[in-house]
Amino acid sequence: MKFKNPFRYSRIHNTGSNPRGFHPSQIKFYIFLMPLTFLMLLPIVFIFSHAFKPPDELFAYPPRFLVTNPTFRNFTELFSRMSNSGIPVSRYLFNSILITLLTVVTSVLVSSTAAYALSKKRFKLKQTLFAINTIALMFVPIAVTIPRFLIIQRLGLIDSFFVHILPALAMPVGLFLVKQFIDSIPNEVIEAAQVDGASDLWIYWRIILPMIRPAVATIAILTFQAAWNNADTSTMYINNESLKTFAFYLSTLTATSAGANVVAGQGIAAAASLIMFLPNLIIFILLQSQVMSTMSHSGLK
Amino acid sequence: MTTQENPRKLVFQRWLYHEGNAYAFLSPYALMFITFILVPVFLAFLLSFTFFDTIQPPEFNGLKNYITLITEDDIFMRYVIPNTIQFAVIVGPGGYILAFLLAWMLAQLPKIPRTIFALILYSPSMTAGVAMSVVWQTLFSGDQNGYLNSLLLSYGVVQEPIQWLQSPQYLMTIMIIVVLWSSMGVGFLAMLAGILEINPELYEAGSIDGISNRFQEIIHITIPSMKPQMLFGAVMAIVSTFQAGAIGVTLSGGNPTPQYAGQLIVNHIEDFGFLRYEMGYAAAASVVLLLMVLFFSRVANRLFGSES
Repeated sequence: MKFKNPFRYSRIHNTGSNPRGFHPSQIKFYIFLMPLTFLMLLPIVFIFSHAFKPPDELFAYPPRFLVTNPTFRNFTELFSRMSNSGIPVSRYLFNSILITLLTVVTSVLVSSTAAYALSKKRFKLKQTLFAINTIALMFVPIAVTIPRFLIIQRLGLIDSFFVHILPALAMPVGLFLVKQFIDSIPNEVIEAAQVDGASDLWIYWRIILPMIRPAVATIAILTFQAAWNNADTSTMYINNESLKTFAFYLSTLTATSAGANVVAGQGIAAAASLIMFLPNLIIFILLQSQVMSTMSHSGLK
Repeated sequence: MTTQENPRKLVFQRWLYHEGNAYAFLSPYALMFITFILVPVFLAFLLSFTFFDTIQPPEFNGLKNYITLITEDDIFMRYVIPNTIQFAVIVGPGGYILAFLLAWMLAQLPKIPRTIFALILYSPSMTAGVAMSVVWQTLFSGDQNGYLNSLLLSYGVVQEPIQWLQSPQYLMTIMIIVVLWSSMGVGFLAMLAGILEINPELYEAGSIDGISNRFQEIIHITIPSMKPQMLFGAVMAIVSTFQAGAIGVTLSGGNPTPQYAGQLIVNHIEDFGFLRYEMGYAAAASVVLLLMVLFFSRVANRLFGSES
């Protein structure tokens, strides 16, 4: 054919996977995705809108989805409240922040050191241990709540601050993702450092950790979500009110809302929901490109 | 002799040095893994052969728990197992196929719209549980003030407000919708990344080999080239499906769920373990649950594993 297609370049690069720009063939995907994502977004929009509703809008009939006169009243009311046992709400929030921070930092360290060993060190049990961790990807924590409870009781961790953190550190997905990511670092980099007399700790701290930032961001997000949203630990292992988390406090609000507390609790429950949700969203937006680059190493063979 | 032994000793020392370091690096994780995963699984297995009420020490009673579970536990056989299978089959493979198709569609778009869509699709999965219960309880509220009821009433679809979360008829459907809504999690992101990683030359080669439409392309090129991510996604889908089992209790506000309509195996375990203190019996149900997860993962492995 003599006629040179003027769209030749754009056809190759704008159709198929990972296109560079827009192409009419993409319209059908937009037509499908836009209504679907709109529907999926509604509950999220609702969290935002509901939290800022004044009382007359919360209980308006017919109910209105979006807020018309936004107010911070629900938030000020939330923070001026005490729980039934006299603990101020800010205490729960403080606990949650501290626990989440500590869990994320320790989990990153614990998973990445183990992943370094499993990826780059040579030792006999290496394959076996990694295989065990891979099987543990299928582990469903909720299935063993009872034996876990017995162990935590036996270890004297009931009512201890650390019970919030320690079980969260055993995260097979985290170790798996970091290990796969470290696999992509060429051995030569490490060998060169070894020739220069670098210790393992130095290699881990100065070479591996800086090179696996995306994977670190990913486990940080996964741990963050697990720790921040965790109400079960407070319910099952903590009797001391002042050691419980914000997620737990929110769960007490919703559990009672089925009954008599529905009028008093709605506004503050909505405000608390938004406080629960927002940090998840912000952190994921900040780190999403790192997460995607980790996920490309996530294959399970 | 010394010249022979010395290098040997050196080799041994170096070996010890390296292995020692490896185990040192592994040990914090290994310790947590053993304490909170390995031992609990093992203990669940052991307890399942005992009668244990947490007050008296466990008493060995052989297979009695399993036999009771299968032959005498009316609720387990009539509600829990059918519910769990129904829930797992729709949410597991359903959510998984949906996640793959959405990931594939997103991969066909340029980076910026793709990122925005991916963020919207992923964000429900990070709100799991507590934060969302307020939203669902308000949207599906049983009085005329509930958003869904109000909407349906105003269009005359229903004449009376429906007790969505309290009626056995609707609870399961709502559970499935809610869990599907939040099922675009880590597995979805992994599959999206997997599709984007595929070498574009493969598609060009495919079109030369006579692949003419996108569907053939998915079956013959996309899926085979990203089997590892497909398997990872499948395992994540299975785990999150069974892990999501508590949703019925969260939505309806109590265990057991109304007329056991939303009772899944996870709730049954909790019911017997923490409400009736029959820990041995609950452990047997836990073992059944773990075996179910293992079975489904085997199936996924057959489909996408590298041995086949």
